[in-house]
Parts: sequence; C-alpha cells; structure tokens
Amino acid sequence: MDFVMNLLAGAIRVTIPIGFAALAGMISERAGVINMGLEGMMLIGAFFSVVGSYITGSPWIGLIFAMVSGAMIGLLMSVFAIGFKCEHMLTGVAANLLASGLTVVLLQMIWNTRGKSEAVNGLGVVSVPVINKIPIIKDLIGTISPLFYILVALMLIVWFVLYHTPIGLRIRVVGDNPFMAGSMGVKVYRIQYACMALSGALAGLGGAYLSIGDINMFSKGMVAGRGYIALSMVILGGWHPVGVVVSGLVYGVAQSLQFRIQSVKIPAQLVQMLPYLVTILVLFFVRSKNKAPAMEGVHYYQKGE
Amino acid sequence: MVKMKGKLKDLMTRSGILFSLASMVLALILCAVVIGILGYSPLEAYRAMVKGAFGNSYNISQTIGIAVPLIFSGLSMAIASKVGVFNIGIEGQMLVGSFAAALAGYYIKGLPMFIHLPLSLLCGIMMGGLWALIAAELRNFLHINEVILTIMLNYVAQYVVSYMVNFPFKAEGNVVRTEYVQDSARLAILVPHTRLSSGIFLALIVAIVLAIVLKRTKFGYELRAVGTNPLAAQSAGINQKKYIRLAMFISGALAGLGGAGEVLGYCGYYIPSMTQGYGFDGIAIATMGQNNPIGTVVSAFLFGALRNGAAGMNQSTSIPGELIEVLEALIILFVSTPGIFKYIKKQMKARKAGK
Amino acid sequence: MKAVEMLGITKSFGSKFASSDIDFHVEKGEIHSLLGENGAGKTTLMNILFGMIKPDSGKILLNEKEVKIDSPLEAIDNGISMVHQHFMLVDNLTVAENIVLGAEPHKGILFDREGAFREIQEIADRYHFVIDPREMVGNLSVGIKQRVEILKALYHRSDILILDEPTAVLTPQEVNDLFKVLNELKADGKTIIIITHKLKETMAIADSVTILRRGELIGRYSIKEVDEQKLADLMVGRLVNFSVEKKPMKDDMPVKLSLKNISLKKNGKQALNDLSLEVHAGEILGVAGVEGNGQSELIEVLTGVAQHYDGTYMIGDADVTNKNAKTILKYMANIAEDRRARGYVKSFTNWENMILGYHTLSDYMTKAGFLKTREIRKITEDEIEANDIRTEGPLQLTDSLSGGNVQKLIVARMLRHQKGLVLAAQPTRGVDIGAIEYIHGELIKLRDAGAAVILISAELDEIVKLSDRIAVLYEGRVAALRKAEEFTESELGSYMLGHDPEKEEA
Repeated sequence: MDFVMNLLAGAIRVTIPIGFAALAGMISERAGVINMGLEGMMLIGAFFSVVGSYITGSPWIGLIFAMVSGAMIGLLMSVFAIGFKCEHMLTGVAANLLASGLTVVLLQMIWNTRGKSEAVNGLGVVSVPVINKIPIIKDLIGTISPLFYILVALMLIVWFVLYHTPIGLRIRVVGDNPFMAGSMGVKVYRIQYACMALSGALAGLGGAYLSIGDINMFSKGMVAGRGYIALSMVILGGWHPVGVVVSGLVYGVAQSLQFRIQSVKIPAQLVQMLPYLVTILVLFFVRSKNKAPAMEGVHYYQKGE
Repeated sequence: MVKMKGKLKDLMTRSGILFSLASMVLALILCAVVIGILGYSPLEAYRAMVKGAFGNSYNISQTIGIAVPLIFSGLSMAIASKVGVFNIGIEGQMLVGSFAAALAGYYIKGLPMFIHLPLSLLCGIMMGGLWALIAAELRNFLHINEVILTIMLNYVAQYVVSYMVNFPFKAEGNVVRTEYVQDSARLAILVPHTRLSSGIFLALIVAIVLAIVLKRTKFGYELRAVGTNPLAAQSAGINQKKYIRLAMFISGALAGLGGAGEVLGYCGYYIPSMTQGYGFDGIAIATMGQNNPIGTVVSAFLFGALRNGAAGMNQSTSIPGELIEVLEALIILFVSTPGIFKYIKKQMKARKAGK
Repeated sequence: MKAVEMLGITKSFGSKFASSDIDFHVEKGEIHSLLGENGAGKTTLMNILFGMIKPDSGKILLNEKEVKIDSPLEAIDNGISMVHQHFMLVDNLTVAENIVLGAEPHKGILFDREGAFREIQEIADRYHFVIDPREMVGNLSVGIKQRVEILKALYHRSDILILDEPTAVLTPQEVNDLFKVLNELKADGKTIIIITHKLKETMAIADSVTILRRGELIGRYSIKEVDEQKLADLMVGRLVNFSVEKKPMKDDMPVKLSLKNISLKKNGKQALNDLSLEVHAGEILGVAGVEGNGQSELIEVLTGVAQHYDGTYMIGDADVTNKNAKTILKYMANIAEDRRARGYVKSFTNWENMILGYHTLSDYMTKAGFLKTREIRKITEDEIEANDIRTEGPLQLTDSLSGGNVQKLIVARMLRHQKGLVLAAQPTRGVDIGAIEYIHGELIKLRDAGAAVILISAELDEIVKLSDRIAVLYEGRVAALRKAEEFTESELGSYMLGHDPEKEEA
C-alpha cells in the first residue's frame, strides 16, 4: 500500500511539468500550429524563473519571468512559422537549439559557470487546508508544490474557454479550417500568435517547476526531453485539455516507478529507459478516437499574400 | 536549345546556394548582435572562431575531420526529407551504429583489414539502418507519428548503449568506454594527431553516389515522387511504403556509418556522448544544403568550421562554445524561410520610396 | 438603386493582371450573374468585394455610398456574405456552431449554445429550410451543406449574397431547389450575385449578367438582350462550336473492360455495392452521379489504387482483380480525378512528369535503372509542341503551369501511352474552354479509332455530350445504364438522386 501511495505521489509530481507542457502543446495545435519547440520553451522558462528569483528574491516573480520568457519564444516561433511560413517542425527545432545555446551563454554571463546556477529561493510547497485532512488524498496532494494547483486550475480554465466561450469556438475552428475562420472575419493570425504566446507561457511554467519548483537552481539541459514527451501526451490525450494532462500521468507513473525500483539490482540505465519505452508502448496500444486538428501544420495565407 | 535551358537550371541551383549563403551571413550578423548584447565583443568572438577553424594546418585538418560525421548526418536527414519523413532520430541511429562498429572492431579477430574494416563499417550501417527501420515500420503499419517515435527511440538507444558500455562491454580501467578496436578495423588517420581519417573519402563518395542515384535513377525518381506527392506516386504504381522503408533504412544506415566512422577513425573506441548533437546538426545541415547531397556536403564543411571554431572560441575566450547552437538556430530559421529576404527587400524598397 | 458598385478595379499578381480597370454594378434586389471562364477574374473580383483581396486601385460603393472593405469582417458588417465554392465549414462542429462563428451569441463570457440553436431554427423556418441546427455538419449532404452556407449569410444579416459556382456539385433537382431559394431571397429584397461559367444557369436564373474575359470587362447586359450562343461567344472571345461530331457507334464490339459484382468498404461505409459495368471497344461510357456516390472509389478500383474489394475485374482476357496500379497501368492509361493530388508530382519538371507511371518502360530507363534523360527530354519537347502546351520547356516545373496546360500535359501523357483503353476522370475540371474543346476532341478521336473510354464526370453536360452509353451511380451501385439518347436530362437527375422515374410513373 505504501509502495502504491509513494508511487502515485511521486507520479503526480513528475506529471506537473509534463502536464503544463502538454497543455501548452495542445493549445497551439488546436490553433493549427505544431509546436516542436516545447522543449526549448521549458528550458527558457526553467532558466528565467531562476533569474527572476535570483534578481528579486521572490520565486513568484520568477514564475512571471518564466511565463514571459516562454511567451517570447512562442512569439518568435510564430513570426517564422506563421508570419514567414517556415515549416513548423523546423521552427521548433530551431527554438530548441536557441534555448539550449542561449541558456548556457547566459549562465556564463550571470554566474560565470557553464553547468549550474547558484541556488535561489524556490516556491517550496503549500499545504492546503481541508485537502490536507482528507485521508489518502492528503498523502498524495496534501502538501505539494503550488504549481500543482496552478496546473489544475489552468487545465480547467483552458477547458472552459475552449468549449464554452466564443473565443474557444474560434480557436477550434482556426485549427480545423483557418480558411473558413478567415472568411467569417475571425482574425486567424491574431489567434495563432496568441495561442503560441500562451503555449510558451504554459511551457515556461512547466520549466519553472523543474528549477524553482524542485531543485531551486538551473542546470544545463535540465528539461531532458520532457518537451518531446509532452508532445506525445498531446496525441495520447486526444487534443483535449483534461485528456492531455491526465495522459501526462502515464509518463509520471513510469518515471516514478523508475525512481522507486532503481534501488533494486537492475542497472540504472535500463530502468531509466522505462518511461520512454512506456510512451512508445502506450502510443502503440492506445488509440484515441479524437483526431488531430485537421489543418495543423498547414500554412494559412490571408488576403492575397 | 536544351543546353541553354540546362544552363538556366544551373543558374537556378546556384542561386539556391547563394540564398543559403545569404541566410548564413544574415545569421552571422544577427548572432553578432546577440553576442554584443550579451556583453562580449562579436569581433573577438568571430576572430577566435576563424582562428579555431582555419588558424593553422592542424585546425584545418580538425575542421575537415569534424565535417565527416556531419556530412553523414546531413545526408541522413536529406534522404529522409526527400521521401517526406522527418527523421529526428539520427542521434539514436548514429549512437547504435557507432557502438555496433566498436564491438565488431574489437571482438572480431584475426581477419585481414580488407575484410575486417568493411565488416565493421557494415555493422554500424546495419545497426543504424535497423534502428531507423523500427520507426519506419511502426509508421507504415500503425500510423504512429514518426517524429515522436524517433525521439523516444533516441532515448532508448541512449540508455541501452549506456548500459552496455557501463557493464558488459566496458573496457578495463577507470574510463567508461569500450576497448580499442583491432588495427585491422581502423580507418587510416590522414594527418597525424588530428581526427581527420580516410572516412572523408567515404563521405564524399557516398554523397556523390547519392546525388547521382537521386537525380538519375529510377530509384531516386520514385523516391522523390513519394516524397512530394504520395498519392500521385501511388497512382503511378509506386509503392509508397516500400520507399519510406528503404529511405528510412538508408537514412539510418548513413547515420550509423557516420557513427562507425568516428569509432573506427578518430577515436578507435566507443566513448559515451562521442556523437552527441551530430544528429540535430544534421537537420540544420540538410536544411541549409536544401536536401541536396552536394549542397549538404558544402554546408557540412561550413558547420564543421563553425563547430571547430566554436571549440577554439570556447578555449581562448570567455564565450561558451554553446553559442554555436544559437547560430545554428538562426541559420535553420533563415534558410527555411525564403519569405524573409523578400520581406527585407520590400522594406528596403519602401524605405527608398519613402525618401 | 445600385446595391453594389465597383469602379476601376485593378489587381495584378506579379506581372499578371487578374483584373484590369473593371467597372461592375448590381441593382438592388436582382440576381446578377458574373460570367466568365476559369481564370477570367470573376472570383478575384468578388474576393475584392468581400475584403479577402486588396485591389491595387479602384473603389467600392454600397447603396451608392463609398465604403472601404479591408477584411471579410468589414464586408460582413456591410451586409455582404459569400458562399464559397469549397464550402467553408468545419465537419466536426454542429450546424449552429458553424453558422454563428464570428458573431456568436453569448451570455456574459459564455457561449450561448441554446440561443444559437433557437435563432437559427427561426431563420430556417422563415425560409422553409428543413435543417437541424444541432446536427454535425459532417453528416450532411452537399446540397444541405450549401443551405448551411446560405443560412450563415442570413444569420449575419447580409443583404448581398455572393455565390461562387453554386451549382457545381448539385444534381439538376438540387439546382432547381437552390433556384427556388434564391428567388425567395430575391422576393425578400436581397441582392444576389452568382459567379458562374455556366450559360444555361445564367439564362435560367439571372436578371442581368456581367461578362469577364482574362481579367477584362467585356460587357454588362440585361438577360433579355442575350442568348446562350451570344454569351458563349462573348465569354470566349470567338465563335464556339458546341456540337461534337462523332461516328455512329458500332454494335458487337469486343468488351475491353468488365467489372463484376464489385463491392468495396471504405471507412466502414459500403462505398461500392455490387457494382457491374462493361466497356466495349469504340465507345465512350459515361459515369454520371452526384459526387460522393462512389465515383472516387470506382476510380480507385479501376486504377488499382484500391486493392481490397470483392468481385472480378477483367481487362480484356486478363484478370486484374485486386492488382496494383503498376499492373493496371500496363493496360489502361488514365486522366486522374484530382490532378493536383494524383496527376503529377509538384517538385517534378515537365519531362519528369511526362513519364510518371511509365518511367520503367525500356524507352525511358536502362536495364541498370538509370533514366534516359536526354531521350525523355526530347520526347517531352515534341509532346509540348504537338499538344500546344504553354510552357518554357521540359525543364520547367509542371506546378508552375496553368491548370489547363497541366491537364494538357497529363492528356498528352495518356495519349502517348494508351493502348486502346482509357479512364478519363473529371478530365476538364478547372480548365478553360480552349482546353476543354481540345480534351473533348481527343477523347472522341480515341473512341473513333476504336479505343474504349470510361468518362467519369460531375459535369452532366459533358457526360451527355460525349457518351455513347451512360451509367448513373447512386450509393455505390449502378442505378441505371442505357444508351445516352435513351435518357432525358430529368430522368438522369432522378436516377442521380436515387429515384426511379419509371417505377414512380407506374
């Protein structure tokens, strides 16, 4: 029992950054933009949240730094992918390279190191009244990073906006048929830019969890492929806000299991492989009935461009 | 008449190269601005880079040496792109290829060089090819997104190989690496004490063969048809799945050969992270070479110079070599965005008209 | 009063003029036909009115007041709506969601779904449309989808409706229904502009007509001043010969191709249902039908793209059931249904596309697998010349040619490699009249020379004009098959809709 509880509690924590990134990937794809740059957005978010906390001493301002810097990457990608019709995939690859290079160069500039930043004030954990009294639940999420609650709140808000507001309807149409949206006067580019900025901000929060939400410092390449994992979770979760975050748990459980059985005599490398194998297997066996937005990755041209 | 048109086409391809170079210059300028903003001297940075890449004959040899695996990863990306598959799994394919070559080079004993060396290279080729084939087959039959798949397979490759080199196949001593391969499996080092091996000839030959095959043969014709218009290819009696399978195998095989070349040439053994980053470089290189084998070779040399130059800069200045990644990112963006030059031209015209 | 007036409209794309100095006006409450061939600039002109394209110069007046329309949003605000040729609908949203997009009813920040249903039901009732606002658009037929588009215009309170080739995908009966709706809208005071290249329709529904040719204004006429022949001559700029001459069909010609009891499932739907057909040498067999009744699947079976069907497919004496495209290309040449998707490769030059599908013939390829580039280029050059294809030469990218010239290249390829059996699927879709005449002529020539031709077309006129026998496809089976002259047009229409006029009369 303890093992299961520990496993789940660990899984939820691992899921937090993936959940943010999956939500980020989902929202950009719903607006028709394939976001291969999640990895870079997370890395930038992880880095700048540390910078924000380092400069101001407040990890909360660090979070704002993470969102803004992530959004900037999103906008930069938009300029190329939407404005200049660069292939979405390549834009993402470029964003990841940019983030990877830039963070190291800035590490050198700010802390004069090339590996890890100084330790900064982190977000710590919160203990929410009521929830920390409910049996079982309290062991899972009674005391947890505030980003967990932010993630759940954002997931619900995104779901609500997407399915129950006019703007949500417009976003969904843009991903499915931007030409129709454009013909009805919907400002397609504006929605795509906005969704990419939002995507960057969300992914930035995911990155921030890794740094100021967990180890309270930045280390080179710390996102370690979570952005790509998140992309698979978008597919697995059927492009639905709740679906993609919950899918993140699949990876979370695998990763958490990996931590827990490392003490057993199996070589660490083979255990570390587990989450990736699980992701492949899940893609293999679980077929979501939802389809990708019909026109994702397709360039939209407005007004005789 | 035909000849004149042929010249016209030459000119067009040449203007393609021109465009790539212009993109590169633009990226260098922008990167200089970034360096400046970060508080370093762009001039100093670039001087250090040029010196690192071409400063003396040793550096030049190193530059060419680094270009060898980059040519392979670039060609690997290019051929996959030609058939319409985005092979982001070159990292993993190179990795398994290099490891397989290291094992074959050490454990197979008593063979003459003219058998052992090709055999070891072949192990790298097959292993890389098969690794890529996993993704191709899953895409063909289960329609799983190959991008996600190849990325996951990169991690799997990384951990599997990491396990193997740490446990069953670890060389004696403190360093985590495999044993030196037999002399009969080594590619000759052309310039002593550099990484420039006879692998360069292999790379050039492969590129030329690939260029001819793509352009002049039925195989290349059908492959390109599948890549740009799979439905039209199907109607023309071309088997799409077969070509995706073949192209992915070749793509992985090239990556594996690139990895094997590093093991059998430069290093002599496998050591973790020896090919790290080459796969992603391949994306940039093929993009800049416009997925054309010869263009890819040229851009691989440029990237070799950048990489080697960056290593020089890393040592001689306080600017981290990772800056090169920023430059790469900019190059990818500009090369894959022809619109940007039109936009700049238009802005310049508008400004002129404004005056 | 003039509802719409456009003065001195000029728009060029690069060095090509899509419209040059065009004056155009429509009276309030009339149905106006904007007539011209493909590429005449009709759609460009209307896209300008709808704010989708910005003109280089010229001005627009609505109700005799000058307005600026820089985006579809402003057009909609000014009471203009456009029903595009390719419907602008999202299949996995409801009718209501599709209609209200851009002006969603809301309560606070909430999307008012029920309000949307209610409001649309009201409008539908007012114009006697039978439609359920809660239905998913993906489940609707083409005719009903068009109705949704019109409802969209009405919901957005438009007084001016632009319809781009509205009858292209409809059966004769559906066309009649549409005309009824349009007349009802006209009676309600709406102004309607129809973009079309069809003369019959213009004569049937329009009050007045404006003719464009190659981006230039030819004239504006009241419908009483013109007839079909005059419109055709004005539209094309020369005298058009409508009739085709062909030798009488010979009886007792051998069967060249036969399908027996073909059934095919696609996406869980029975796309072809026990379908049987025979084509003889020296005849053109026309396959008519509303799009989506199995034509595409029939083409896939015929060309060997589909390889998992029941039944028997014979070409001559050879059993080619479930054989692949490569095998079938040896017997039957074809013109692809959708040339952009299947007819040519976009990154290929003319010489490469000239041999697509036949590239493994020994004329084009050495035994070692190398292409005989020089020979192929020479052949391509000859074909370009012989078929009057407007291109710089074999080395030009095919994708940069105009639709008509691409189709000519595809027809040239078909003619060069055909061996007495040809499948022509939508052979004249989206090409100009010159190319249509040419393609029709070549098909007739083939037939007269003894070839068997299967013509699958959504253009009923084309089927009637060329075919010796006509098969009507309905829900994946042959609903009727007779000699062409034994059908009346309304009978054809009935069969296309799944009715059986003979039974109904009885």
